[in-house]
Amino acid sequence: MDLLNKAKWVRKKTLEIHKLEPGTRIASSLSCVELLVSLFYGKILNFDAQNLNLEERDRFIASKGHGTISLYPILADLGFFPIDELDNICNENSFLGSIPDFFIPGYETINGSLGHGPGVGCGIALSLKNKNSSSNVFVLTGDGELYEGSVWEAFMFASHNNLDNYIVVVDRNKVSMLDYTNKVVKLEPLDEKFKSFGFEVVKIDGHNIDLTVKQLSYLKKLKTGKPKVLIAETIKGKGVPSLENDCLSHIRSLTPEQVDMAIEDLI
Amino acid sequence: MKKAMRDVLLSHIYNQMETNENVYFVSADFGSPVIDKIKESFKKRFVNVGIAEQNLINVSSGLAFEGNMVYAYAIAPFISMRAFEQLRNNLSILSNKKSLNVNLISVGAGVSYDLSGPSHHCLEDLSIMRVLPSFSVFSLSDYSQCLGMAQTAISSQNPKYIRLDGKPLENIYKENEVDFQKGFKEVIKGEEVCIVSTGYMVRKAIKIAQSLKTKGLSAGVVDVFRLKPVPDLSSLLSKYGKIFSIEEGFINVGGLDCLILHTIAKNNLQCKFLNAGFDDKYAFQLGFRENIYKKNKLGDKYLEERIIKWK
Repeated sequence: MDLLNKAKWVRKKTLEIHKLEPGTRIASSLSCVELLVSLFYGKILNFDAQNLNLEERDRFIASKGHGTISLYPILADLGFFPIDELDNICNENSFLGSIPDFFIPGYETINGSLGHGPGVGCGIALSLKNKNSSSNVFVLTGDGELYEGSVWEAFMFASHNNLDNYIVVVDRNKVSMLDYTNKVVKLEPLDEKFKSFGFEVVKIDGHNIDLTVKQLSYLKKLKTGKPKVLIAETIKGKGVPSLENDCLSHIRSLTPEQVDMAIEDLI
Repeated sequence: MKKAMRDVLLSHIYNQMETNENVYFVSADFGSPVIDKIKESFKKRFVNVGIAEQNLINVSSGLAFEGNMVYAYAIAPFISMRAFEQLRNNLSILSNKKSLNVNLISVGAGVSYDLSGPSHHCLEDLSIMRVLPSFSVFSLSDYSQCLGMAQTAISSQNPKYIRLDGKPLENIYKENEVDFQKGFKEVIKGEEVCIVSTGYMVRKAIKIAQSLKTKGLSAGVVDVFRLKPVPDLSSLLSKYGKIFSIEEGFINVGGLDCLILHTIAKNNLQCKFLNAGFDDKYAFQLGFRENIYKKNKLGDKYLEERIIKWK
């Protein structure tokens, strides 16, 4: 299956999960599908589903945790856990919650509360660098998450300590909880902000898989002594028209009928 | 000889860093003469995050996540409260995945930064640091305890909160006099009243007990330097009919007094209990520590009178 079809499959599975548990955050999980597919299937992340503590693995931190339900089917597909587990979403004996935590094989840290991943990632990156490890740290953040001040404490730190094994991926879907980010508190010019914080910055259309793989691969190899960021311009709720232009998409749940329709539209 | 607890603890840490390449020292731009030595000798493992306590804890968590032992160093109110959710999520909760040996060195217990006012006082930590699962909580009363503390920091693989006084102080104990594993020390054996205390207030307790002795009242003094896990104080406390707690923190809200009350209730001890500390308000008084104490019903004479008049 090529990456385009893989992304389609991930969207479909994510919608199916949402149908089983409407409490999962669907819109923010759909905006980062191509980012996750690129990271996990595009030979960007080094991982071993059978050896979660592999020393040489790249550390992937899903800082926008609740917006990564789309990672569940990917991890299952790659053998981190049996695919049947997806049917047990939020069941009492399942480890798959509406917000993922580290009991799910493939997740490293605790997520859900925003703004923590970038700093924890810095500590991991510093340790890896001091051990001359070739592993990288990838931190996926939301754009609403960038309102947390702790994020910028971390970015300053990454730059000052020349953490060029540290790569931030921003899912720039432009919608926070209650409104568009440009109406909540302006984030732009985001690329300039990162540049002034000492980052190598690449900005792309985060739904263009070929481009995403290419740029992530470029950033991973780029070693200039600077931390790196991929600002991925995305659409919140991508693939479901009723969510795509809704400033409240973050808190929307779809009815089973809407999910069925959305899946039909995907195909 | 007066010494700052932090300098003594940092000297022990320096020795650990010399022999163990996995020990990191992370500071929120907070210093000490010994820090300069650490900074100079271990360039890669001394990390200054700047005045950024949230990042102090997150970076420490990440370092510990990779198997390192970490000391995180900042002023008491900031390390305990500015970064409380970081402590909760990235140390306490994340400890359920792997052991995270992060040791918070919290300098400036109670009103030890007396002249700096309420923003720099720390009257909450004994209460709030006890609620976080997986954490151990220590409150040292003199610098002789720093060796035991440093050894415990290495040997016990969980997050720890280490409360230190901000002022240079004389030792109460001789070197190695305290059995650190026990978590408490019976400083003076008494008969009628037991004054239970922690940190700087142990000094006050000793002074009061000595004065009471001249007046014919036999008071014991107990130093509780580990508040979590709670040490087994029941057999010691059961010898007394009256127990009086003194702490440099807010009372009736989960600190030392509540720990003692809980011990009394749980073990069904037959004794009376009174507590002393800061009572639900911040201290805005200017002047040195003793002045702040006097104005908050914590002066030596006032406390002594309370005990004498206690029927």
